[in-house]
Amino acid sequence: MQLIYEKSMPGRTGVRIPLCDVPQAQPFPEALRRKGAAGLPEVSELDLVRHYTNLSRRNFSVDTNFYPLGSCTMKYNAKIAEDAGGLFAQCHPVLALLPGGEKLVQGPLSLVHGLEQQLAEITGMDEVTTQPLAGAHGEMTGIMVIAAYHRARGDNKRKYVIVPDSSHGTNPASAAMAGYQIVTIPTAPYGDMDLDLYRAAMNDEVAAVMMTCPNTLGLFNPHIAEICAIAHEAGALTYYDGANLNAILGKVRPGDVGFDVIHVNLHKTFGTPHGGGGPGSGPVGVKKGLIPYLPTPRVAKKEDGSFGVEAHPEGIGRVSDFFGNFGVMARAYAYITLLGREGLIEVSEQAVLNANYMMARLKEAYDLPFDKTCMHECVFSASRQLKDGVHAIDIAKYLIDRGYHPPTVYFPLNVKEAIMIEPTETESKETMDAFIEVMLEAAKLAQEKPELLHEAPVTMPVGRLDETRAARAQQVCCEQ
Amino acid sequence: MGYCPNTPDDIREMLAVIGAASVEELFSPIPAELRAKSFDLPAGMSEFELMRIMRQKAATGGADVTPFIGAGIYDHVIPAAVDHLSGRAEFYTAYTPYQPECSQGTLQALFEYQTAICRLTGMEASNASLYDGGSAVAEAALMSLRITGRNRVVLDASVNPLHREIVRGYLHGLSAEAVEVAPAGCACDLERLMGSIDAECAAVIVQNPNFFGSVTDFSALAEKAHQSGALLIVSCYPIALGLVATPGEMGADIAVGEGQSLGNAPSFGGPYFGFIATRKSYIRNLPGRIVGETVDKQGRRGYVLTLQAREQHIKRHKATSNICSNQSLCALRGLIFCAAIGKKGFSDLARLNYDKAEYAKAVVSRIKGVSVLNCGPTFNEFTVSLGKDAAPVVERLLALGVAAGVPLGGYYPGMEKALVVTVTEKRSKEEIDRLASLLEEALCS
Repeated sequence: MQLIYEKSMPGRTGVRIPLCDVPQAQPFPEALRRKGAAGLPEVSELDLVRHYTNLSRRNFSVDTNFYPLGSCTMKYNAKIAEDAGGLFAQCHPVLALLPGGEKLVQGPLSLVHGLEQQLAEITGMDEVTTQPLAGAHGEMTGIMVIAAYHRARGDNKRKYVIVPDSSHGTNPASAAMAGYQIVTIPTAPYGDMDLDLYRAAMNDEVAAVMMTCPNTLGLFNPHIAEICAIAHEAGALTYYDGANLNAILGKVRPGDVGFDVIHVNLHKTFGTPHGGGGPGSGPVGVKKGLIPYLPTPRVAKKEDGSFGVEAHPEGIGRVSDFFGNFGVMARAYAYITLLGREGLIEVSEQAVLNANYMMARLKEAYDLPFDKTCMHECVFSASRQLKDGVHAIDIAKYLIDRGYHPPTVYFPLNVKEAIMIEPTETESKETMDAFIEVMLEAAKLAQEKPELLHEAPVTMPVGRLDETRAARAQQVCCEQ
Repeated sequence: MGYCPNTPDDIREMLAVIGAASVEELFSPIPAELRAKSFDLPAGMSEFELMRIMRQKAATGGADVTPFIGAGIYDHVIPAAVDHLSGRAEFYTAYTPYQPECSQGTLQALFEYQTAICRLTGMEASNASLYDGGSAVAEAALMSLRITGRNRVVLDASVNPLHREIVRGYLHGLSAEAVEVAPAGCACDLERLMGSIDAECAAVIVQNPNFFGSVTDFSALAEKAHQSGALLIVSCYPIALGLVATPGEMGADIAVGEGQSLGNAPSFGGPYFGFIATRKSYIRNLPGRIVGETVDKQGRRGYVLTLQAREQHIKRHKATSNICSNQSLCALRGLIFCAAIGKKGFSDLARLNYDKAEYAKAVVSRIKGVSVLNCGPTFNEFTVSLGKDAAPVVERLLALGVAAGVPLGGYYPGMEKALVVTVTEKRSKEEIDRLASLLEEALCS
């Protein structure tokens, strides 16, 4: 398909801008003016609409296809949450910072506060900040809070953060951005972080341990309380990566188990649309002792019941301009309020049921490195198919031809040829059955006609793309 | 309730396949002592009841106030097509385009977005967007540390104070330093900025127009920075780039900024997107996702996420950044905004902002006791002294439904009388005249 720039016609105009109702000013000084107009497209509104409508049709999405992308919780995004979030479009955040401005924005401030309270109760933490703009941003914020805590106690020798090898790549990357060195603990044969190696690595130079639970293999780590206790004994803090929170709503609260800091991905657990890779939102919750180090400002409920914006002088400063990705937060608030207590519990129960069903039906055809009850996702390996020369990526591409967005492949890194499936609670048994049939068919094809899998996909606008060429050419924009 | 479609029969059949007696049995890997001690949330409700609550909250959101405020977030027109097209579920409910063959929609759109950012800023290579303007400035600072191997940045204090706070936070953890250079009045102090560049300096960070609205030519600063092996980072306001010389034209090495003004509503603080663009030679040091052009086996053109070896899911703690998402949908809105307004429209829009702000500057500065503090040209924001403390004046006008501007006292001690006034194309002559007469009333009574 042509680029919008290639459809451009000199002199063609699109949307009209407002007329000028004031006298024209003296020309802007020549020396400070840009040389020539920016080379933006010159298209009619219909050109524009056709172009982007047709482009959109080149995407798989939750609303059009089953999208069992493991670790991403691609659940259905309720339409009412869209309507609710859209109500605040015209609220200017700077109003809240003006003298006398707070009383004009009580609605949105009450929403920030309300969401923080909902999330604190859901996770068992004492306070929450909604400022972080994505999961990884939440991780960085959380680790910065931990660093501030140690610093405030004059405990300056802590320079390591421990992560299991099955962690999301963002965990070590976020800890590194907050200035820490990383210690990686391997996974034991039982599917969790090796407890003995962890114990041996823990000492008074460790600032924190970052855990994902259920872990990225979809397994609940029964030693999680012990892991927290070992950290606390050494004066280290415990960080819970909430990426997989969808498995445990109402069942486990990280705060009850011994975690000090948590981030939550609103775009995963609380059903806000992923937008093709963002915007997300990554609120951070902490236990009491860490509240002073949360980012500034805080939205606080005053004695008279109204809401205000307060500076938080001991905190780590600001991690984003205002109160976080408010539009995303409003959608999550709507989702939590709509579902309520029972609805959220049902979410986790059905997510876990769906994943275990998927696992039970596929384990005959695909290797299951850790064959035990899983939580919200299950991780297979295509190592059996590899004997016939078929890789996980070949199965993924075949699924595309059959109208399914592939599961996550090659993650977690500690499983060879990993295929990570997260059906989520919003998919029906029939949808999963149809997907399972195609997965079984792929396993059969791997033995009988592996070349069909190697050639896939053949039904898309493009086949497999040459990534090496892209990396070499570094063609990242359209030349003028 | 939770959008869960399985019927009781489905659930029974599934449990039978799994070999479990109940759904609760599936949670048996969780030891009893780890179970939730509380889950005290209200019962759910219907869409109708929910919307009643949400409408109440939105009704007290300040949306009816006439904003002459900016401070990085601007009230601009958004063509209807932006909402309609970006709201297409195929864009909206997709995720990161890890599987390019079924994600060409998102990938091509991001490639077009990167092109728009390069053309607006006059740079050679853009990523697929960052979180927001503040974190984009911080990421640019980190990028300059990586490129130069140095440990200090010079930060012009007329850069948005909120952004400076974020930069300091990001640098703090890495034991890197930000040295701030105070402006001379409302203008960047170019001489002091140049004087602060030494062999330890990784970059000078400036903003154009700056927080006071003043527009500056940074060409000489770029030259001076380059002589010392430092980079010039320019944070810019995209709408201004329809009129003002680009970071690229001034010799900047990295252009960043808050993308909100391109098709994203104020929405009480987000979601927006940050943009970052640089020279092609620094592309491997860019944080975040980048989309590149390539071909399939049959030679058909297509787009993929490229140079992923810089990123956290491969490099883990050695990645160029921890960032794992972009603000795809907001960037898409930015792109559609640019294409809908178009080449000529974009220049006209910038000119219109300038004209309206110049008109406002003229009528406001006619008020007794009010004087304009910018000595050079401004774009659509300017700073005035009200001759007395600005905060109570702003508070008084707010009560009348007009946000007259951002008082500077809280950000720049000693500037208590100063007010930054923003005038976008959306402010009518009538609104501007009302601002002036309300200000006059407040000041002269």
